[in-house]
Amino acid sequence: MSDWLELDAVAWRARATQGGAALCAGVDASLAAIASLDGQVQAFAVNLADSARERARALAQRLDAGEIPGPLFGVPIALKANMCLEGVETHCGSKLLKGYAPPYSATFVQRVIDAGAIPVGMTHMDEFAMGSSSENSAYETPRNPWDLSRTPGGSSGGSAAAVASCMVPLALGSDTGGSVRQPASFCGLFGLKPSYGRVSRYGLVAFGSSLDAVSPLARSVRDIEQLLFVISGADPRDATCCDLPALEPGSGDPPEATSLRIGVPAEYFGAGIEQGVRETALAALAELKKLGAELVPVDLPHTSYAIPTYYVVATAEASSNLARFDGVAFGQRASGDGSLQGMFAATREAGFGEEVKRRVLLGTYVLSAGYHDKWYGRAQRVRTLLRQDFERAFEKVDLIAGPTSPTTAFRLGERNSDPLAMYQADACTVPTSLAGLPAMSLPVGFTAAADGTQLPVGLQLIAPALEEARILRLAALLERATGAGSQRPPLAAGEFS
Amino acid sequence: MSPLRPDGDDWIFEASGTRWVPVIGLEVHAQLATRTKFLCPCAYEAGAQPNTQVCPVCTGQPGALPQLNAEAIKLAVRAALALGCDVAPRSKFDRKNYFYCDIPKNYQITQYDQPYCTGGGIRLASGRFVRLNRIHLEEDAGKAIHDRGDVTLVDLNRAGVPLIESVTEADLQTPEDAAAYLTALREILIYTGASSADMEKGEFRCDVNISVHPEGEEWRTKVEIKNLNSFSNVQAAIRYEVPRQILAWESPDPADHPVQETRLYDVAAGVTRSMRKKEGEADYRYFPDPDLPPILVPAAFIERQRSLLPELPAARRERYQRDLGLSEYDAGVLTLQRAVADFFEATARLSGQPKEACNWITNELLRALSGDEIEATCIDELRLKPFDLSELLGLLAAGKVGGGAARQIFSLMLTSGRAAGEILVDLGLEQIDDEEQLSEWCREALAGRASVAAEVRAGNLKAIGALMGPVMAASGGKANPTRVRELLLRLIHDAD
Ligand SMILES: [Zn+2]
Repeated sequence: MSDWLELDAVAWRARATQGGAALCAGVDASLAAIASLDGQVQAFAVNLADSARERARALAQRLDAGEIPGPLFGVPIALKANMCLEGVETHCGSKLLKGYAPPYSATFVQRVIDAGAIPVGMTHMDEFAMGSSSENSAYETPRNPWDLSRTPGGSSGGSAAAVASCMVPLALGSDTGGSVRQPASFCGLFGLKPSYGRVSRYGLVAFGSSLDAVSPLARSVRDIEQLLFVISGADPRDATCCDLPALEPGSGDPPEATSLRIGVPAEYFGAGIEQGVRETALAALAELKKLGAELVPVDLPHTSYAIPTYYVVATAEASSNLARFDGVAFGQRASGDGSLQGMFAATREAGFGEEVKRRVLLGTYVLSAGYHDKWYGRAQRVRTLLRQDFERAFEKVDLIAGPTSPTTAFRLGERNSDPLAMYQADACTVPTSLAGLPAMSLPVGFTAAADGTQLPVGLQLIAPALEEARILRLAALLERATGAGSQRPPLAAGEFS
Repeated sequence: MSPLRPDGDDWIFEASGTRWVPVIGLEVHAQLATRTKFLCPCAYEAGAQPNTQVCPVCTGQPGALPQLNAEAIKLAVRAALALGCDVAPRSKFDRKNYFYCDIPKNYQITQYDQPYCTGGGIRLASGRFVRLNRIHLEEDAGKAIHDRGDVTLVDLNRAGVPLIESVTEADLQTPEDAAAYLTALREILIYTGASSADMEKGEFRCDVNISVHPEGEEWRTKVEIKNLNSFSNVQAAIRYEVPRQILAWESPDPADHPVQETRLYDVAAGVTRSMRKKEGEADYRYFPDPDLPPILVPAAFIERQRSLLPELPAARRERYQRDLGLSEYDAGVLTLQRAVADFFEATARLSGQPKEACNWITNELLRALSGDEIEATCIDELRLKPFDLSELLGLLAAGKVGGGAARQIFSLMLTSGRAAGEILVDLGLEQIDDEEQLSEWCREALAGRASVAAEVRAGNLKAIGALMGPVMAASGGKANPTRVRELLLRLIHDAD
């Protein structure tokens, strides 16, 4: 249908900035792809076609009037449904927030818009970002463009599906324990969780405040770099945001890999990792070695405690963060027995899904008097140990690499009855979330599922805090050498002219 | 109500042969006088239309995050230093989780186990030292309004206003102690500029903890009393609650004994009533707020704030009495408000006449401020400045103007803001010393008043008043009374 859809964001911007007419044509191409594909993919919860066309026209005028275009000028972007865009429904996948339109825009959303990007829709997700398959939602479940019977991952499944199916070149997701990296891995995309504090969280509906990271999803490394540049940087509205300037995109030419030492933790290749995933990840490491990098075994001895620690910390914070959804000021309200406490209880009972209730209960429990130190206190101490694991490892290596997810995309419905199995999907991603480190999933190949379907595999690169540039440089090197991430699912290819 | 009466000033109660000792502690919430709220940029002014001073942060919108107001930390540190507390170089914020409609996030940002300061205290006039356990920073809640039919209305204007909560040790024993402590605390907060501490506006709110125990024995269960919106209510509540607890302990049935609970003071009935028992009370599930990094207060900042502290009222009162010779009463009146004390000190320094300055301020100036002849209601709003008052005092001292004329000039200074000397000349109010003119008026007064002159001659000097009056009247009040008296005496005696 359109040759726009194959372009990554950098190429899209270059073409769109040739003139106002081109810019509008590009946005129309994206909207047409959504109209054509989203019935199957179900990535979008809110369609912003009208406002996108309006923005495109306004940008086109500014462009034709001689304005110097911003770094994402004219590029369609998908936002996850837990991101505040003034006046647009942000339901977070929850029945409770049905119809809630925030009165303000998130800092990072405003920055994306100021850079000239055009939001075309809000994407489906697990309710309040709690899940690994995007199935824990009061709304539609997004599909994996490589196999529509499979999950695109979660919780940012809608954003990943939108980019993988080429309806948009770029999307933002949020990553609390792997919610962008795992969908990137499942959908064959690049997905970077920046260091904690690199990007302002102001306007991201909070799940686990000490873990949440606004994270770009794209089909090229340079796009990740551009989007990170646009959204990063100090923000007085978020006291946990580092007082650092935005991360400038590096030069186009990645350096040689010869000087790089890459740590390979045995813990990330152990039991529970599917054979096809392990082999594909090891092949990618062999590729890095061919490029001149040195592979060094490292120990991350506390890795096995990461999942339980994560589920204590994240649920504790979530139980408090989600307390505000009580029916008083925003969202849906159930009246209950007519008393104030009755209204709170009835609203939450009717408004929250099972997984959210499970986590709120768990979080409430671990913070309770008498249990606080046993659970929350101990989790904080383990968190310190996990951080120290990485600090020690980074004394001898520049980056750490391993699979992003133990498995490839699983079938929808396959794990719904077993929350603990679902939690294991985050085994390789939560340690870095707990340590606040930057980590990116990059597409490094495919492996066949039992039914023969070829499914993408992601390699995770982890760097010390605020060293995103190291990850981006190595990823660009691998991308150039192997063409990683250049394949598109047949479903999307059908849309290209 | 209760037959129990305290035994002497110590407030120990004798009942059935047991001597009962009350133990009282106070918790005060004071609003910090910041221009904007604690964690968002909203301005706050009491009495505004409901929900007009709000933003995404203080209404708890999903995704909004707190932004710490540095001014709140500064004011809180000042209050702490004025109260002799140790300011922690590092402290943190915690979330106190509970569900209520006036707290939009359903958690309050407060300080749990690491308050920003500890220790300190206030020495009362009685000599008793009331130790502070701690002061911590927290955000205020909004207001739930229940009296509008069958709905509860919520006003979030006050939500997120910065508070300091100060908690004393249980060092108080009497209602007078409590009132003296609260007065002194309020005064210090106002002097340091930390809070306006206006009780009527809810800027200074107090809870009392009370227990009683037989002398020499261990302390017993404490009861918290809330809803005390004036110092007299605090005292009345203590006067009611202490005997209530003693009688409850005296009951042979343990079921009657006091329990740990929160009671409300019913102003109309003059009694405390149980609000909720502590057992089964909410577990607040405190944990460090992940949205706010720890507060770091460098030593240099503390020293800087210390150097900016004003002299506190108790110290000023002592100095006014010792160095300036003022009475205890006058010193008390002058130091009631820092602005008045500052005005007094400036006037005294400029004029060199502290006692006169005190008299004019306590009599004329404060009266004018409380009346309605001028618009100003506080001393800062006056157009009259210390320099102007000192000029008037100078004219009086030099005998250039009399007392009556001075008052006339003073009230014109208040309304017009003009200088004393200028008004004096304009209105021709200069005192008349001219001997020839004065003698003429004196002779006119003597004429036809021979009997008065005779009385004076006979030694009744008071009678001269009957002659002074006509002279002052003839001069329009401007004749120098000292000179007139001298002249009259001379004329009467010369006539011998
Ligand atoms: Zn506000």
